[in-house]
Amino acid sequence: MKYSIFSLAKAALTGHKGWGRAWRDAAPKAHYDVVIIGGGGHGLATAYHLAERYGIRNVAVLEKGWIGSGNAGRNTTIIRSNYGLPGNTGFYELSMKLWERMEQDLNYNTMVSQRGIINLYHSDAQRDAFARRGNTMRINGIDAELLDKAAVRKMLPFLNHDNARFPIMGGLVQRRGGTARHDAVVWGYARAADRLGVDIIQNCEVTGFVRDHNGRVAGVETSRGRIGAGKVGMAVAGNSSRVAAMAGLRLPIESHVLQAFVSEAIKPLIPGVITFGAGHFYVSQSDKGGLVFGGDIDGYNSYAQRGNMPVIEDVCEGGMALMPMIGRVRMLRNWGGIMDMSMDGTPIIDKSPVDGLYVNAGWCYGGFKATPASGLVFAHLMATDTPHEEARRFRLDRFERGAMIDEKGQGAQPNLH
Amino acid sequence: MRIACPFCGERENGEFTYLGDAKPKRPFVAVIEDGKGAEGEQDAFYEYVYLRDNVAGEMSEYWYHGGGCRSWLVVKRNTLTHEILSVAAAPGTGAAVVDVAMAKAGTE
Repeated sequence: MKYSIFSLAKAALTGHKGWGRAWRDAAPKAHYDVVIIGGGGHGLATAYHLAERYGIRNVAVLEKGWIGSGNAGRNTTIIRSNYGLPGNTGFYELSMKLWERMEQDLNYNTMVSQRGIINLYHSDAQRDAFARRGNTMRINGIDAELLDKAAVRKMLPFLNHDNARFPIMGGLVQRRGGTARHDAVVWGYARAADRLGVDIIQNCEVTGFVRDHNGRVAGVETSRGRIGAGKVGMAVAGNSSRVAAMAGLRLPIESHVLQAFVSEAIKPLIPGVITFGAGHFYVSQSDKGGLVFGGDIDGYNSYAQRGNMPVIEDVCEGGMALMPMIGRVRMLRNWGGIMDMSMDGTPIIDKSPVDGLYVNAGWCYGGFKATPASGLVFAHLMATDTPHEEARRFRLDRFERGAMIDEKGQGAQPNLH
Repeated sequence: MRIACPFCGERENGEFTYLGDAKPKRPFVAVIEDGKGAEGEQDAFYEYVYLRDNVAGEMSEYWYHGGGCRSWLVVKRNTLTHEILSVAAAPGTGAAVVDVAMAKAGTE
């Protein structure tokens, strides 16, 4: 059923009983042209683009839990393309352009809300760095605007502008940035991919790879039996090292826990996304009214999907320094997700050294905004065996070649990215 | 997560800084005379600097007790549960190896 104002009106008249399933509960077939491991946003977007753009419809997406139960459902839903390095700028802008037409492409309300993102600066040096990044963005055709002190005060009067140690001196705005509804992104891609013939197979955990006599990957062993495949792509950020290890690979990745938080619902306050430049704290407000916020990763290797108190304290201190008015708002929930922290803070989208296996990994804590472009470029790679123009620098061998894309300039220490 | 420092007793993990897996060892570099490194040296450094086992389970790792005695420690910890199995002074710090039980006894 195509979703429209007419289908909504029709369903409303019949008590909303006739909606039907948005996607089939598929059972695994014996063989697919392409098997994608991981039913998160990236895996489903890859399957959708394989079917929609590259005409490969005999595709399965295997998910060990339910779709969107990993990081796709644990992020803070921010979309932006305010990156400064070659490789990142073009890729994330491609993603932003796909966000802007996603609802029409998928015929699904993913609640893309371009309310803007502002990165605040608190010193002369930080202003210079932000001005440089803004200029880089504009040279690449991406919107960016440097606001001075007065403009930020007018836009966000409720912040602590005159903090003695970290006064707000201005901010870099990307007005096309904002938020989207993370679950709807998963469901929208799942529904659109399913309509093109993709099998979405849940509760199906991959336990190993099947190799042919040449060593080429010819399928996967799963908790629901062996599934043959012409090509296998993995989009399992958080667990990439574990899946890659089944194929005998070691990746330049560590898994770390990142916590996120939501407050009780309050009246509309935050217009868009605000990031504090003097500590690591960022905040937006959901349509339900809760403040959605986060900060740094905990900093130690973890697969536990929960964090510890020191970072909770640090994030809340950042929030209080930026906007002391939230001191009386109660925190409702916090949770953790497992990040693929790569050695330069940048993702990896490439063929693996094992024939027939393709890697989409290393998203650090920036995977959500990349969802549509990640799916498109990974589908391009798997369909054509050549990297997509905008992802040609995200190679697995870039560490060996010294061609890292280190946006933060931290070096090979993943917990600092 | 609380770490029982062998010198300071059990403290919250916010006092400590994490370095990472204690397993990778810096490759030995022979004296270079002809301008070329030893065979396989480049690969060894690439592995040491960039590749990780990223263990899901028990892992030995370096932690630095910056908020206390400023010692480097080797902590054996389960990355799936955050359970800490043992804490010892890192080799080379000149301190004796102390296990969790001894450290706990010291704090009581």
